[in-house]
Amino acid sequence: MVSFTLNNRQVSVEADPKTPLLWAIRDHVGLTGTKYGCGAGLCGACTIHIDGTAQRACQIDTGSVAGKKVMTIEGLSPDSSHPLQKAWIMEEVPQCGYCQSGQIMKAAELLARNAKPTRADIITHMDGNICRCGTYHRIIAAIERASREG
Amino acid sequence: MIIESNISRRSVLAGLSGMSFCIALGNDGVRLMSQAQANALANAPVTPWVRIAADGKITILSAGAEMGQGSMTSLPLILAEEMDADWSNVAIEWTPADPKIYGYKDPFGTEQLMWIVGSRAVQLYFNQLRMAGAQVRKVLIANAAQKWGVDAATLKTEPSVVINPATGQRLSYGEIAAFGTIPATLPAVDTKELKERTQFRLIGKSVPRRDTPFKVNGSAQYAIDVKLPGMVYASTLHSPVHNAQAGVWDPGKQEQTGAAPESWNDAEVKAMQGVIGIIALPNGLAVVADHFENAKAGRDALKVNWKNAKAAGFNSGQALEDYVRIHADPNAQTAKLEEKGDVKGAFASATKAYHAEFRSDYGYHAQMEPLNAVVRVNDAGDKAEVWEGSQAPDESRKAVAKALGLKDEQVDFHQCYMGGGFGRRSIGDYAAECARIAKEVRRPVKLIWTREEDIAQGMFRPQSFQCLEAATDASGKVTGWKHCVVGDGEFLLITGIKIPYYGVSNQHIERRGVSHGIKLKHWRAVGHVFNTFAIESFVDQMAADQGVDPIEFRFERMGASPKARKVFETLAQMSDYKASRPQGRTIGISITERSGSLGAGAVEISLDAASGKIRVHKVWLAVDGGLVVQPAAAKANVESAIIYGLSSVLHERITIKDGAVEQSNFHDYNVMRMSDLPDEMTVQFVDVDTRPTGLGEIGNPFIGGAVSNAFYRLTGKRLRHLPFTPERVLETLKT
Repeated sequence: MVSFTLNNRQVSVEADPKTPLLWAIRDHVGLTGTKYGCGAGLCGACTIHIDGTAQRACQIDTGSVAGKKVMTIEGLSPDSSHPLQKAWIMEEVPQCGYCQSGQIMKAAELLARNAKPTRADIITHMDGNICRCGTYHRIIAAIERASREG
Repeated sequence: MIIESNISRRSVLAGLSGMSFCIALGNDGVRLMSQAQANALANAPVTPWVRIAADGKITILSAGAEMGQGSMTSLPLILAEEMDADWSNVAIEWTPADPKIYGYKDPFGTEQLMWIVGSRAVQLYFNQLRMAGAQVRKVLIANAAQKWGVDAATLKTEPSVVINPATGQRLSYGEIAAFGTIPATLPAVDTKELKERTQFRLIGKSVPRRDTPFKVNGSAQYAIDVKLPGMVYASTLHSPVHNAQAGVWDPGKQEQTGAAPESWNDAEVKAMQGVIGIIALPNGLAVVADHFENAKAGRDALKVNWKNAKAAGFNSGQALEDYVRIHADPNAQTAKLEEKGDVKGAFASATKAYHAEFRSDYGYHAQMEPLNAVVRVNDAGDKAEVWEGSQAPDESRKAVAKALGLKDEQVDFHQCYMGGGFGRRSIGDYAAECARIAKEVRRPVKLIWTREEDIAQGMFRPQSFQCLEAATDASGKVTGWKHCVVGDGEFLLITGIKIPYYGVSNQHIERRGVSHGIKLKHWRAVGHVFNTFAIESFVDQMAADQGVDPIEFRFERMGASPKARKVFETLAQMSDYKASRPQGRTIGISITERSGSLGAGAVEISLDAASGKIRVHKVWLAVDGGLVVQPAAAKANVESAIIYGLSSVLHERITIKDGAVEQSNFHDYNVMRMSDLPDEMTVQFVDVDTRPTGLGEIGNPFIGGAVSNAFYRLTGKRLRHLPFTPERVLETLKT
């Protein structure tokens, strides 16, 4: 049994502490916005925040987040009103959409640290997140829009 | 969720007020019929295709499986256009997986199919959906005319309203649905009655995709997200050595026999935490557990002795060299693909002859969502349900039915969003596998292939060797053309090999086939990727040799068609083609045809000669795709293919050693990341009024030729082996 805060809610998960947090969140808790892409920390589809820092949930033992604050795409806003989510819709970023939760969570970390990132800042920060549909230019445009419009 | 599962259309139909326009079994494609007609069909599946509720809500079913390309939205939009529906009040649901009702006629056969492949969705459904929409509108108008006692011909519509211009009277579609009737035989519609292009309110306008809002908050449901009561999880380990039999990858025939597990550490894995059982499959083992992490741990702990597989001992690099020998062998079996004019004569009388060879490696789809499915079989074993994101729900249903020994009708298919497809998700092999497991464990099962499994069991774009020869006359005009492609994969190998956009009089095009046992499949334009690369590099080579501008050469000496000239002219304008480029940068061009569309593209590149890394700075593509139904979504789709093309051309490579794939995850199968993104990417559709043609794959096949042609202008060397990895670039620079 591991207890932590998930999207501002206290949860207890009956999983082996060695279980990757990805599966604890998806299958044990039932929040499926966080995606499995590679299971090896290589693609970023499972990006979540742990105490405000973007992490790959597939590489985190569930036991290690005991007492910590975990946030997933479902916790970013209650109604898709986060500036990044609004910008993602305006720029029509998603295609298949599978990587986009991870992209948005990674971008949210950037804007929380750097409200006015340059294009180069964005690329450096986002380079670990793969989008196989190739929406990278729209991701950049959406981050720039969110930064501009807040 | 906007997409609801279609549990029982008949009951939905029975329980609603309003008008339901149905379709049922017909031999002439998608046809609307009245509810009365539908109800009269004994035992026929009855499904409302369009439903108008008294509150004005209109529900339209979509056969457009959604993998990011936008068809889920564009197909109902076409129907809504002719129906003159208020789009803001239209809801979209998936159609059931019944091709006899919802399919289009196979352009290469007689059956009805639901395969969303080969950029077919819009172009093959377009006419049927327009006619259906027009029929619905006609019925609505007829009802209003009857109520008002006027001639239907005097009435007009605005979105979801019938109007009598003479009196100013208005009846909304919802109001009509409350009292209206649908005639037993729906009114016929003449194509002349369809809207003029200038009357379109939706087609050609930038209407947002309906799936977007669900893809920014994690609520879009992919098959991997489905959870059923009592569900258990499965993780599979397949024979690492491929065992494909010729042709068996065809949808519905995907049973991969042999390469079965012979013995394994059964007791050890069964004793692991959470493991419920181990199921032997025709070509692998499935570990079933209470949670996925336990199933995967069990799978990772398996130690298996495998039976022999066809690809045992196969090495991809060696095979490419064998292809060269097959090409040189005068007795090798060949399949003739094109024979035009007098090729021998053209070469005999040539002023100059050209010759070039090209190679390409295997390519993997690398869709972001690893293959997965959920299946539930009922206790009696006579009914199954499958949840899957599929490009071909009809084929998946067939594959599941076959695996369970059921009839297709005993399987209900629930469509889900796909986390990428690119040609991999149209066969149902993993859904059939999940069905076998579910039947065996007698519980609902979610099967997820690990990324490692997804690559190891990939069905690849085939590798190839190609030899091209051309004869030119005294004026430099190309008079003779020979193209031979050698490799595995039969018709996967030949797409894009013909050159109808050029006017070369004498042509001989052929394929020489082998069969290695490696699993192969469609892959975003598949053969176009390497064939177009070879053709367009070869044409560029001749242009350079003759000292003629590459576009001029294509116009004057390759006899480019008017349609090809138009896209090249548009490209030249877009890219300021004649302008000088910054120091260290060059431009390369290429043309490509795919699914009826034609595209002329250019890239501007530079090279880091120390590392061998090619940098693509700018990309332009002019596309003739006919009438574009959803321009914004279509542009995004073409941009996606450009990135997919750049990724495959610069990075992606599958190699096979002793019959097993050498790559295992994204650390050694490199796909393009944001830092490789071009600074500028410009896509322009040529404004034409012809029928819509395919747009999902027009963006990637030109990249190989364009990059290699720009590279030649930069270095004087030709890249002849896809992909152009830094190692290969350095080798080429040394030659």
